[in-house]
Amino acid sequence: MLHSAASRLAQLAREDLVMFINACLACTGQHEFYDDAYGQRVSIDFLHDYILGNYRLLYARSLAAGINQFNQAQIILKLLATGRHTLPAHRQEEGALIAATLRKFPPQRAWKVLAQLRQQGINNRRSRAIARDYFAQRQDLSFDAVKYRRKVKTIAKHAHLNLTGEVGPFLFHNWKQRTYETKLFEAFRQAHYSADAVYALPFTIAEGLAQKHQIPRGVFLENIQSRMTSGEKLRLQGSAERSQISIDLELGHMPLTKLALYILSLPLQSRKARRAELEQALQKSARQVLYKAPLKLDRVAAVLDCSYSASGSYEKHMRPLGVALGAHALLQVAAQDYRAFWTIPVEDPLLVQARGQTDLATPLLDALDWGANLIVIVSDGCENDPPQGAAQVLQLCRETLDPQRRVSIIHCNPVFNSEDFSLRPLCPLIPTVGLREAEDLPTMLGFARFAEGNAPLAELEDYLAARVQQFLGSV
Amino acid sequence: MAQKRHLLTDIALKGLAIAPSQVYGAIRIVPLLRSQVRGDLRLFKRSYQQDLTMVDVGDANYLAYVPHGLVMSWSNNGEPVAAYGGQFQKRDGKTLPGNCGSVKLLHRMVKREQKNELRFLPLHLAMEGFLSLFFKGPSIAWQDYSRYAKSHGLGSRWEWSVSGRAIAGLEDAIRIFEIHEGQVGVLLFVAETLASAFVVPTPEDYRALHRSLLEDFYGELIYQYACIYDGPLSMTCSINPHSVKTLADLRQGVMQMRADWAEFQGFMSESLLGRRLNSQMVYATHSFYLQRFITDLDPHAQNYIGEAIVRENGELEYLKTYCLSASQTKRVYLLSQLSAHNWNLAATATALHNTKEELVKRLEKVGFGYLLNPQVREQALKR
Repeated sequence: MLHSAASRLAQLAREDLVMFINACLACTGQHEFYDDAYGQRVSIDFLHDYILGNYRLLYARSLAAGINQFNQAQIILKLLATGRHTLPAHRQEEGALIAATLRKFPPQRAWKVLAQLRQQGINNRRSRAIARDYFAQRQDLSFDAVKYRRKVKTIAKHAHLNLTGEVGPFLFHNWKQRTYETKLFEAFRQAHYSADAVYALPFTIAEGLAQKHQIPRGVFLENIQSRMTSGEKLRLQGSAERSQISIDLELGHMPLTKLALYILSLPLQSRKARRAELEQALQKSARQVLYKAPLKLDRVAAVLDCSYSASGSYEKHMRPLGVALGAHALLQVAAQDYRAFWTIPVEDPLLVQARGQTDLATPLLDALDWGANLIVIVSDGCENDPPQGAAQVLQLCRETLDPQRRVSIIHCNPVFNSEDFSLRPLCPLIPTVGLREAEDLPTMLGFARFAEGNAPLAELEDYLAARVQQFLGSV
Repeated sequence: MAQKRHLLTDIALKGLAIAPSQVYGAIRIVPLLRSQVRGDLRLFKRSYQQDLTMVDVGDANYLAYVPHGLVMSWSNNGEPVAAYGGQFQKRDGKTLPGNCGSVKLLHRMVKREQKNELRFLPLHLAMEGFLSLFFKGPSIAWQDYSRYAKSHGLGSRWEWSVSGRAIAGLEDAIRIFEIHEGQVGVLLFVAETLASAFVVPTPEDYRALHRSLLEDFYGELIYQYACIYDGPLSMTCSINPHSVKTLADLRQGVMQMRADWAEFQGFMSESLLGRRLNSQMVYATHSFYLQRFITDLDPHAQNYIGEAIVRENGELEYLKTYCLSASQTKRVYLLSQLSAHNWNLAATATALHNTKEELVKRLEKVGFGYLLNPQVREQALKR
């Protein structure tokens, strides 16, 4: 009796954790095709509080599970806000995980998390130490002080930090009244009076000052190129094209999903015209992903959803379709034998559009017919032609046609369903995992066995512990 | 005579296939697909910005809020009609600007603008037909009727209905609906009651007109159902597990699921499909017939008014319906009964198994008391 209660508890814990990690993989608290942003926020916030209250250590460890940055930021804030509930034995690990996560964040996001400490009124010894350590490990604080001026100032004030050198005077004393020895500070001061000095500043700061000096957009973009990050370069391709200049960018070096989203943002004609270039870039980017996370697959079929709902929302424009296109490129490179089956057949995947109904059953049957070892379904799980069609196919496939599971099938869902705190599953017999970025696909293939419900809690705990070791070791 | 042959007697959705529905809250939208799209008839939307539209319909005026009209272009020899944007746009009617709202003045519900172009006001065409039914009033000067009824007929008639925007959840349901390839129409259900049927000639037209479903007007019942119910009835359809031995069986099973959905949704729309219609020809071209209709007025069932364009071979090219509310049905039912008995109150009452006083009370209740002689009304009230 006691034993069964304990095992039931362990099963419950495993289900909770899998649900939480899955949600954290996909949800970003933004508007989705079917749900609004408010619903998503409320839903994910509840999940965070629930897991934090019941499984604190595992909650902290899920920072290392490969979840997205929005949820990592939420976890950091919630851990720092409730520091007194940490057991002494776990205190060090928790601190190390938070610090490591912050260090891995892109700077704008890390600064934002720290600035949110002030907004949410979180201030304790540990939060101040975390902020201090983050300041200490920044290589060029003067750059951050210029680029993220307000945030850095807020955090320094909130955490009572002593800033060395000219950073303190620059942030807190009237910067107009003095000249600086630090080059960037001096450039920042000069750029307020001289149009030429603008080009020594980071792009986002220079952009505002260029407006002040009324520098024409084309001239500004031409000259500021060396100061742009690659993300900015990608984002401003369209703007540059309108100003009839070109910003040099090696598309193949961009992250896979970002590149896929960029391709989908182009009108069909330019996609056709630049087909070879885009195709190559996509493959190169996919190869880079595989270089970091090797994946060797045999005979793979992808069932990809390009229905209208894959167009996402105004906040996540085309995200589900971008993930599908990214996964397509990744699997194409990783597998020896690969075929893609779209819900509405497309001749050229680069020209795919989000339109039409969701008919998952037909491509799934085609994939099974083709004889794949592994079928990856990328879909938001809302099928309507016919409703429950793919669910029936999957269920009968598992129950009668292939009970030995010769074909492994995995469903990757890029959309969090706020109503039931989970990713909409296609069929309970098939594991459903969250996928916000196609780059995470190799990790997700490893995580899928927990979502399937066969692996016990202990195994999940071991998996998380191992990921934590890997995570802390790689910083 | 030739035209009479093409009058619609029932809606059989000829040339159209029903696809599985999509559900949001209490709203179920069923796509209708057309296998053979000819392209020799197109419908374009023409938006009107005015707050009120007054349409001159000959011996009377029709006043309503009309958000858009439809322009029908056709070719007689079967050649495709030029796409939207490839045609000259015309501005029709006059606009009277005003301090508290502007008014549009239009001439006729249906107006031919060019040789092969016709402008009409969707749903209002059917509603105008509905309001003008038995409009002339009693044809024999029976003692029972008021002087007003004898000289003006029904006089000024009005009905009210609800905009699509007021129907809870309809806006979201239309936003998230995934339009099928080759889709030309929808059947719109609210809480599993058929609210409207909408069909256009080509898939391109449908994509352009999809959001106009929100600007249309709907019956009172539909509005109430949308407020009361927050979910549809659960309907599932599955494959018989014992019949599946191979993948081909599974594929067959999915086909069967689709067929089952189509059949069941056809069954759900029986309140419209297969009902006997009273139609009236509005405009006939060489091969297309624009007509408006009303279902047989069964007071115990849902009744619809609507308009349709039918091709010579009976294929449905355009359809738009409006679900009458119970009181609207009652009103027109009583009028139709009176008309059938030459407006003789006593004879009508006998036919309806009522006494004359009861019939008078019924007429009072639905708002037709003003048609009756004051003495008759008083007598009925005394009983």
